[in-house]
Amino acid sequence: MVKNIKLIAVVFLVIVSFFILLKGLNKTNNYSPNLNSSNIDFNFKAKFLYSNEETTLYELINDKDFSLINIWASWCLPCRDEHPYLLNLNSLGKLNIIGINYKDSEINAKKFIKELGNPYSKIVVDPSGVNSIELGAYGVPETILINNNSKTILKKYIGPLDDKKLAELKMIIKNEN
Amino acid sequence: MKIKILVLTIFYLIGSFNLSYAANSEKVDQISKNLRCLICQGQSVYDSQSDFALSMKILIQNKIDEGKNDEQIYDFLKSKYGEWIVYDPEINKNTVLLWLLPLILFVFGGILILRKVSIK
Repeated sequence: MVKNIKLIAVVFLVIVSFFILLKGLNKTNNYSPNLNSSNIDFNFKAKFLYSNEETTLYELINDKDFSLINIWASWCLPCRDEHPYLLNLNSLGKLNIIGINYKDSEINAKKFIKELGNPYSKIVVDPSGVNSIELGAYGVPETILINNNSKTILKKYIGPLDDKKLAELKMIIKNEN
Repeated sequence: MKIKILVLTIFYLIGSFNLSYAANSEKVDQISKNLRCLICQGQSVYDSQSDFALSMKILIQNKIDEGKNDEQIYDFLKSKYGEWIVYDPEINKNTVLLWLLPLILFVFGGILILRKVSIK
C-alpha cells in the first residue's frame, strides 16, 4: 500500500510538471502587456523643444481626429529608420503627429529634425524619461495612435515602424473614419 | 572655541543632509527592488542601469515627493504596465496553481508521513 502511494505520487508529480513545462514551451518568453488596456494620463506635463513653454497632453491632441504620439531620440538608430514612415503618415494630413524627444540633448534633437525633416506638428522634450513612463512606454522608438474624440489608445507599437505597421495604421484610420 | 563650534555645526549639517537624502533613496530602493525591469528581464528595476530603470527610479522618487504611499505607486505602475511589473503576483486564474501548489504538496507530504508513522 505504502509503495503504491509513493509510486502514484511520483507519477502524478512527473505528469503535472511535464504538462506545466510543456505549456511553458509554447509561450513566448518576451512579455508584452495588454497594450490597449494601458490608460493614458492626459494631465501629462512637458516642455516644447522649440520654446520653453509647458503644455499638457490635453492641449497637444485637440486638433484633427487622430493623434500619433511618437517617442524618439537622436541617438536612437531605429528612429532614423522609421523617420520616413512618419513623414509619409504626415503627408496624409489626417494625423496630428506629436513627437516626444526622449533623453536627448536639445542641440542633437534639433539637428536630427533639420537633417531628416519634421513630421511632427509639435515636439515636447522628456529629458528624464519620466513622461514616457507615465505614457506606459518602454523606450525608443515607440508609437501610440490615439483617437482624439474618445481619448482612447487605438494601437501601440513598440519598436520602429515598418511597411507592415504603416499599412496597418492607414487601415485603422480609414476604418475608424 | 568658535572654530570648534563652527566645525561641529558644519559636520552636523552635512550629517543631517545625508540622513534625509538617504531616507528617500532607501525608500526608492525598497520599491524598485519589487519591480521587474521590463526591458531587461531577469533584473529588478533596482539592479538595472538601463534607461527605462533609471527613469523609473526618478518617477518613484517624484511620486514619493508628491506624498504617494507604496500601494499607490505600485497601483499606478500596474495600471501602466500591467500586473507583470510587480514581483508579487496576485491570486487570479493564471496564478492560482502557483499559490496552491506548495500548499497541496505540503498536505500531501503530511499525509505520507502520517501514514508511515501510523503503520509503524
